[in-house]
Amino acid sequence: MSPAEPASGGARPRVFIVDDHGLFRSGVRSELGHDVEVVGEADDVAPAIALISESLPDVVLLDVHLPGGGGQAVVSALKPEHPEVRFLALSASDAPEDVIAVIRAGARGYVTKTISGAELVDAVQRVAAGDAVFSPRLAGFVLDAFATGAGPPGPPLDPELDQLTGREREVLRLIARGYTYKEIARELYISVKTVESHVSSVLRKLQLSTRHQLARWATERRLA
Amino acid sequence: MSAREDQGFPGWPRGRARRDDGFVEESAGWMPSWEDARAAGGSGAPPGERSGQPPGERSAAPPGNSSGPPAGERSAAPPGDGSRDPEQPPWSFRRHGPGRWTRGTGPLRRAREDRLVGGVAAAIAARIGRDVTTVRIILVVAAVLSWGFVAGAYVIAWLLIPMAGARHSLAGRALADRRGLGLVAALWSMLIVLGVLASAFKAGWLGSLLWPLAVVGAGLILIWRNAPADEQAMMRHQVQPLLGLTTGSRRTGLILRLTVAVILLAGGIAALQSAHENVALLRPLAGVALLISAVVVLLGPWWLRIARDLVVERQARVRAEERADIATRVHDSVLQTLALIQRRADQPQQVVALARAQERELRSWLFDGRPPGSIDEAMTLAGGVRLIQQEVEAQHGVAVEIVMVGDCPLDDDLAALLAAAREATVNAVKWSGAGVVSIFAEVEPKEVSVFVRDRGKGFDPETVPADRKGLAESVRARMARRGGQATIRSAPGEGTEVSLTMPRAVSEPSQA
Repeated sequence: MSPAEPASGGARPRVFIVDDHGLFRSGVRSELGHDVEVVGEADDVAPAIALISESLPDVVLLDVHLPGGGGQAVVSALKPEHPEVRFLALSASDAPEDVIAVIRAGARGYVTKTISGAELVDAVQRVAAGDAVFSPRLAGFVLDAFATGAGPPGPPLDPELDQLTGREREVLRLIARGYTYKEIARELYISVKTVESHVSSVLRKLQLSTRHQLARWATERRLA
Repeated sequence: MSAREDQGFPGWPRGRARRDDGFVEESAGWMPSWEDARAAGGSGAPPGERSGQPPGERSAAPPGNSSGPPAGERSAAPPGDGSRDPEQPPWSFRRHGPGRWTRGTGPLRRAREDRLVGGVAAAIAARIGRDVTTVRIILVVAAVLSWGFVAGAYVIAWLLIPMAGARHSLAGRALADRRGLGLVAALWSMLIVLGVLASAFKAGWLGSLLWPLAVVGAGLILIWRNAPADEQAMMRHQVQPLLGLTTGSRRTGLILRLTVAVILLAGGIAALQSAHENVALLRPLAGVALLISAVVVLLGPWWLRIARDLVVERQARVRAEERADIATRVHDSVLQTLALIQRRADQPQQVVALARAQERELRSWLFDGRPPGSIDEAMTLAGGVRLIQQEVEAQHGVAVEIVMVGDCPLDDDLAALLAAAREATVNAVKWSGAGVVSIFAEVEPKEVSVFVRDRGKGFDPETVPADRKGLAESVRARMARRGGQATIRSAPGEGTEVSLTMPRAVSEPSQA
């Protein structure tokens, strides 16, 4: 894990934008402004895969919904060959199953499209530095998915991965309440770095847990 | 009050738009249903005001006069109202709902609201300047004394006199209604058969009832089929208690039918048995039986087909009403919002909030099948939180972000929690100056918590202005009454967070 001084030292993160709405791409481009370098855009899965493996950006801003198969298709296609490219999911949709699918495919975080420009820049820098970015909504999804109430049908395969620790739960709850990492650190009397490591650990569990719960939860949500 | 509230907000029943946004301060009950709003805004004048006014005082009812209409109604009157015709009796338009203050251009208009049956009595009363109750009593007595002819006249008047606010009478439409006329022909053919039977039995009284019956029946069929939707709804409302006897439950209907059939059967068999000796009396009876079967064989299929047509007609009408409902909804919400967005193109924040609120509302209507702003009994905590979001966004133009973890059905305690959360949210929107307020709600096995957070001005809890202290106390008291807790954390420049916790009555596992 890299220290918490995200990409501020001169090197602007190189960003690639994948979204099927041209208007939205240009909006993001102008919002990101001079804090990052936008190296390319794509509007669908196939061109995105081709262009990203060419330009190899630091961070890919990835729309969860794409006409040619969804954001996770892009992540799964590129992740094996280019593990250094990091993905930050962006979505206007509130559907948790889509968001969780992209995260489980390998994205480092998720923010809603309603995010402000400054927050987006912050999120991009955080992801570029190797950290995870949890929006309040994603924190809510994860708390929901790992809820203690309804346990999985079988015994947890790996308690290490299938459960959140009390501290992680606390951190997620504060994120869901809209606290920044700094405020969380102050609230819990820990360092920002510790907050980041908790979040990354949650991300790892989210990506690696084989818990049936996650899959089942997602399908239930689709119906609900 | 800003101009926004006055415009009737997208998707909100119009009655609500008239409400002041002061609902935070007086939010005694949780989320007023729009029935409340309607009752508050749309009722007519109290009955005592209608007829008690002597004619001489008519023109002496300037705005502000205590004998005039209630202030709420007057504000809805068009500006030109001051110059209304002094000859017009006040009660003829007093009775119309707000917004329908037609000046009664024609001499006779059926009343829209003050009606027991068709509103004809009210029309006559307004015309001759008498109390409507007197007119009604006279009409009923006359109907009985005249063997029903006055009833027939009433129905014809119903057809011929246009309703208040409408330009045409029902008769015009009825003449073009070919199916309705067919139905009338069928009814008349049945009545003719009945008349033949009556004359065969020498039952003169039945024969004399047939004419009014024919007129009233035909008239009612045509009225029912051709009345506009709103009048039909009124009629349905009036008829409901009557139908309740037969259609209220299928079983009562069945029992009723069986009883009638058994009584008729017993009577018929008894009559046959007793008349067995007298062969001469049997002969016309056999004739009648033959006649009936002949008529049924001849006309039965036609009657059946027309009855079936009626059903099909009703289905078509239901579909048409659904379409109309969609059109209304789209007009009230989507088109209104689009218009507002165009007008506020220079205020991006408001445009965003409007678009967002509209999107949510449309989604909930399309996918949850729930009209926005309604609380039904099956509503859950998450639904309630979403409702707060929709209402606050629509009324205040500030974005509300929600994050829900788990969900559970609402009970009284949780409704109180939601009411407190709504109060806190509205307060944050009004005072914090923040562009977005976030709500986090979590359902745990033992308790439910809601956090309302803004990143606005914040305040120093030590030096709270009196009005904000009022909020804190009211939220706290609300929660405490139900065994819950409320804490408010704030610091100048750092925003405010209101934490609300309510223990759960039934500790079923939260559904994840």
